[in-house]
Amino acid sequence: MARITLENLAHSYSPHPKGDQDFALKRLNHVWQDGGAYALLGASGCGKTTLLNIISGLLRPSQGRILFGERDVTDAPTTERNIAQVFQFPVVYDTMTVRENLAFPLRNRGKEPAYIAERVDRIARMIGMEEMLTRRARGLTADAKQKISLGRGMVREDVNAILFDEPLTVIDPQMKWELRTQLRQLHREFGHTMIYVTHDQTEALTFAQQVVVMHEGRVVQMGTPAELFETPAHSFVGYFIGSPGMNFIDARIDGDRAILPGGQVVELGARYAANGRTQIGIRPEYAHLSETGLPVTIRRIEDVGRHRIVRAELAGAAFNITMPEDAPMPADPHVHLMPGKLGIYADDWRVAPEAGGNA
Amino acid sequence: MQKIQNNKAWFVVLPVLVLVAFSAVIPLMTVVNYAFNDTFGNNEFFWAGLEWFDEMIHSDRLHGALGRQALFSAIILAIEIPLGIFVALNMPKRGFWASVVLVLMALPLLIPFNVVGTIWQIFARMDIGLLGHTLAALGIDYNYTNDPIDAWATVVVMDVWHWTSLVALLCYAGLQSIPEAYYQAARIDQASRWAAFRYIELPKMKGVLLIAVLLRFMDSFMIYTEPFVVTGGGPGNSTTFLSIDLVKMAVGQFDLGPAAAFSLMYFLVILLVSWVFYTVMTAEDEEGQP
Repeated sequence: MARITLENLAHSYSPHPKGDQDFALKRLNHVWQDGGAYALLGASGCGKTTLLNIISGLLRPSQGRILFGERDVTDAPTTERNIAQVFQFPVVYDTMTVRENLAFPLRNRGKEPAYIAERVDRIARMIGMEEMLTRRARGLTADAKQKISLGRGMVREDVNAILFDEPLTVIDPQMKWELRTQLRQLHREFGHTMIYVTHDQTEALTFAQQVVVMHEGRVVQMGTPAELFETPAHSFVGYFIGSPGMNFIDARIDGDRAILPGGQVVELGARYAANGRTQIGIRPEYAHLSETGLPVTIRRIEDVGRHRIVRAELAGAAFNITMPEDAPMPADPHVHLMPGKLGIYADDWRVAPEAGGNA
Repeated sequence: MQKIQNNKAWFVVLPVLVLVAFSAVIPLMTVVNYAFNDTFGNNEFFWAGLEWFDEMIHSDRLHGALGRQALFSAIILAIEIPLGIFVALNMPKRGFWASVVLVLMALPLLIPFNVVGTIWQIFARMDIGLLGHTLAALGIDYNYTNDPIDAWATVVVMDVWHWTSLVALLCYAGLQSIPEAYYQAARIDQASRWAAFRYIELPKMKGVLLIAVLLRFMDSFMIYTEPFVVTGGGPGNSTTFLSIDLVKMAVGQFDLGPAAAFSLMYFLVILLVSWVFYTVMTAEDEEGQP
């Protein structure tokens, strides 16, 4: 096992990239700590899989280096990196039995039969497939096949990291939950570095200690689930995480006040210096309907069971508010924004309050 | 749910039935008619029972042709299937060269059978043919009109040239359908080239291989035109395969009764062997079903 360092890494699928837009993966520096559980979250086509394939050595990056521990593995083939990878669609060797499937990586590495048998039994127990060891892999359900793929990854004791490429896409919802729990448990028990690629925020937030959010080939933020929720560094993180996503309203920032297009003024509680296209952002959870505050027009109310989502309009832009089931609907709806929860964004990036600013 | 019963629907299949009757059933019944009757022309038939079948089953001539035919099909399958797989594995997967190779591979399949025969007949001639003349110039004693071994070699090589493309193209299609993730997984599992072939490519090619084996068996077992053009069944009757013999009997000697009996048995043999291939090659599938 080892720490994985990405140094000035960038990748383009075109042999002669001209500009930034030709790069599927824009220049990035990143360190995956040994034994961490990471999620790589982003919309389809944002470069997640590219990054994963570079780590596993299936792709050679156009620029930069990859280090496993202190060793430069940029040019090392997949087999030397000792990586396990679980793919989006279950990859099993159809004609083999479950046992042979699990033993395959060890047999290819010329291990002792007794050792192989012991490892396979152990892994089968872990993934709950002891009963099926003698069955042929073809004809098993998708989740059983995906468990075999996972087992094939874990059967080697010395893997540096296990990479997951949207592994639960083809799994039924209730099985998803079970497999995810199992993964977390395996991580706690064995402490492998795990990197889990997904476009599903629930999967990412429940699986990982650290979530890396990618957008258009760039890492826009890395943080704990709470950090991503409370202080999104980029408007994409705000949109992508949370259901519904964060509200963003164009506003002119003037010291400690934001002036909305309609002329309404929002007190920010701190001074900001923001240029370019400026917005204020707030989570629907931190906006409340009340009799006072900023006037809103309510378009629609969706009841999702736990709470209600109010689809409204503020200063000409869509604005979502979550509201408890039993809260009364004000006659003249206004929205009250919780002061500490506002974020200021300039050209999509979050701006920190000025250090010397007085509230 | 209530199913609607409407027997008028049978009328919808009537056109197909009529078509099949005229294209297959009625001609086949004519053959059956000849197989069980004797005729001296003028549409006068005399019942012959199983006499023709009896004669054919005990005919040395038929045994000889059947033996040569079986040997020929076995050689063809033994060469073309592995060679086709090998070619398919080495074809470029995408890009400009993939298209070029595909077109080149398809070319032999587009040439009419008798033209293939003529091409090889000339190509292998010792006096003016490029192949025959070159071999003769190299001091190799090659003469497909005199030597049965040379005649066989010529016919086999010609068939390999003509039909290996078909096997290769079918296998290529099978290989193209394997998702990239399988190869990536194999690399991660440190599978050898052979293991990747044995456990990924071969199982995924099984469906197309079945089709390839059946097509190549049936075609080679029924081969007529090319050897007829090249060797005419000779020297002697060393390359007289079943079809050639059948045509000699029916058209050359006008022995319609025995030829008809022969045809029916020929047909049944092909059906039987195809069934055996199919059953053997699909047997494993069913075992693995949940």
